[in-house]
Amino acid sequence: MKKANIELIVNGRRIDGRLPEETREIRMSIGEIENADGSARVSFGKTEAIVAVYGPRPLFPKFLQESNVGLVRVIYSMAPFSVDERKNPAPDRRSIEISKVTKEALSSAIFLEDFPKAVVDVYENIIQADGSTRVTAINAASLALASAGIPMKDLVAACSVGKVGNTLIIDLNGKEDNYSESDMAIAMMPSKGLITLLQMDGRLTKEEVLELLKKGEETCKKIYEIQKKTLLERFKAEKMEEE
Amino acid sequence: MEELVKEYLSKGKRIDGRSFKDYRPIEIKHSIISKAEGSAFVNLGGTKVIAGIKLDIGEPFPDTPNEGILIVNAEFTPLSSPEVEPGPPGEDAIELARIVDRVIRESQAIELEKLFIEEGKVWIVYVDLSILDMRGNLLDASTLAAVKALLSTQIPKYENGKIVRGEYISKLPVVYKPVSVTIGKYNGNLILDLSKEEEEVVDVKLAIGVRDDDKIVAMQKQGIGTLTFKDVENALDLAIEKSKELRRLL
Amino acid sequence: MREIVIPGTYLGERKGRKINNCYTEGEKVFSKVLGVLKISDEEISVVPLAGKYMPKVGDRVIGRIEEIEVSGWWVDINSPYKAFLPIGEALEEYVDLRRVDLSKFYDIDDVIFCKINKVTKNKIIQVSMKDMIARKLFGGTTIKITPFKVARVIGKGGSMIELIKKKTGCEIYVGQNGVIWIKGEKKEKAMKAILAIEKEAHVSGLTEKISKMLEE
Repeated sequence: MKKANIELIVNGRRIDGRLPEETREIRMSIGEIENADGSARVSFGKTEAIVAVYGPRPLFPKFLQESNVGLVRVIYSMAPFSVDERKNPAPDRRSIEISKVTKEALSSAIFLEDFPKAVVDVYENIIQADGSTRVTAINAASLALASAGIPMKDLVAACSVGKVGNTLIIDLNGKEDNYSESDMAIAMMPSKGLITLLQMDGRLTKEEVLELLKKGEETCKKIYEIQKKTLLERFKAEKMEEE
Repeated sequence: MEELVKEYLSKGKRIDGRSFKDYRPIEIKHSIISKAEGSAFVNLGGTKVIAGIKLDIGEPFPDTPNEGILIVNAEFTPLSSPEVEPGPPGEDAIELARIVDRVIRESQAIELEKLFIEEGKVWIVYVDLSILDMRGNLLDASTLAAVKALLSTQIPKYENGKIVRGEYISKLPVVYKPVSVTIGKYNGNLILDLSKEEEEVVDVKLAIGVRDDDKIVAMQKQGIGTLTFKDVENALDLAIEKSKELRRLL
Repeated sequence: MREIVIPGTYLGERKGRKINNCYTEGEKVFSKVLGVLKISDEEISVVPLAGKYMPKVGDRVIGRIEEIEVSGWWVDINSPYKAFLPIGEALEEYVDLRRVDLSKFYDIDDVIFCKINKVTKNKIIQVSMKDMIARKLFGGTTIKITPFKVARVIGKGGSMIELIKKKTGCEIYVGQNGVIWIKGEKKEKAMKAILAIEKEAHVSGLTEKISKMLEE
């Protein structure tokens, strides 16, 4: 097992000075990619994702179409310059798995039956990676989907939680991601209390898992408030009455 | 068939008469592939998987210079199902391999530090899963096959810079027997060991990896659908309980 | 001030009302999309602020003939879904298909102003030319705007579009699907005005601003 050559928690503080239950600085914005039907950029500290949504649009080849529901496709990819050692832009097994679970996480919140035979493409690009990239991308995808007018049951908010040493923490950065005793990614529909993505690895007792889930839920709800605010801010001009 | 399955499940029953908590009959054989350093065959209710272990020598990863390497791969062979097309692993095969890898790796089942040979040389443990027949619950069958194969794996002699295959010096140091328990959710009910027909109807699954000391080593929600927090709690209890039964087969 | 809602926003109890772009959980109504809430005793609607044009029966749209089939034409209506114009909805007279080529009536790339008369659950869309104002549009140019700004371009009682027509002398047809057809000498001026409305649909004093723009 990888052993950190530095202590991840010193005097109750993490290597970047945060308390265990603190997230990094979160920034969100909408609409950067003009060509897209919807787009958003979200960053948690140094981790940054840009997501573009195209669709609903016709789905080809035709055999992929299902007559009564639409499809959501997700491509998660990391830019070559997003990490320490240049990453080959070709999709690797990790990216393929992340694309799959992300597709499932987002599809679970979308009214697929509202666009049968059509597809909504979600392109996630991690431009800077410092831990928790998949959840950062999901938060951006949520905003991109909403701003593209895709019908959804709720926004999807996501975060990472984990254990370093004996401490349970939230929003893992790159080093914590690498050297943690355990890390967990969770995405949910915050207004419904329903989980749409759940992945965990490490070694945890059942009680620790439950505690982390609780912290994850609380954090997702906080992230949701920021997502909501970002959407309302962006579209607030539309509040004006027509003459 | 789908309608029939839905009807049964909604009434709390299953077509083959099992309860929601029963696994289908499981057959496990080991050391069946003579050319492999370790191997196992699992037949879980018709789902058939062979896990073959090959050992090789290579360079360690830079951040773990004293540890051996574990690599897990899965191939959905075209024989296994009319829906599988020949070609490189698709997202399902990749996900399967990565979850099996996670269960083994995170449980620290293999003492990787004992696979260090000399500076710049460690043993690489290749776990290759060959899926021969898909009749549902591939993941649990694959994890059983992989772990059983590892338990039967022997390390070949390494002499004068060459591996002497066929001559063994020790067993692979395996200290845990992790298992995966995949739980489906349908109509608010948790259902174990989904058959192929049931998998077509049950959209959401939660796979949980459990170690001998009941520690949770992996979790993966699969499918389009949602889970409540209570679902996850109940699933964890079920997984821990069931893992003991499965582990006895190893 | 209108309320902007997002997917999942709780809007109230249904109380037998008609709902639009909403979903229900029992009696509770929630928004499906990002949009503007319109709520009354008769209905709970969310008017989307974004999205593709989803065809609705009764909409008058501008389409482009894409393909000619044996029994009719496929029409691009600026939507993820193509519409079909069957012979029976396009022609008055009986046509002997063995002798006549359908392209004689509507050819590829022809632009038509038609009405959506059928939308099935699986999004099979049918259009018809059997409408008072349906016609083939000759010459001219088409531009696309977001479907949700169409109402603004038309204006209250058609006031805005009439203003543009008057000041530019152009022939203009506005489709609910966000496609607008313009013909006339001063068509660039008309286009500019329409695009300005799309951009600043929410700004007050827009009519005056557009009026001024058209004077120049």
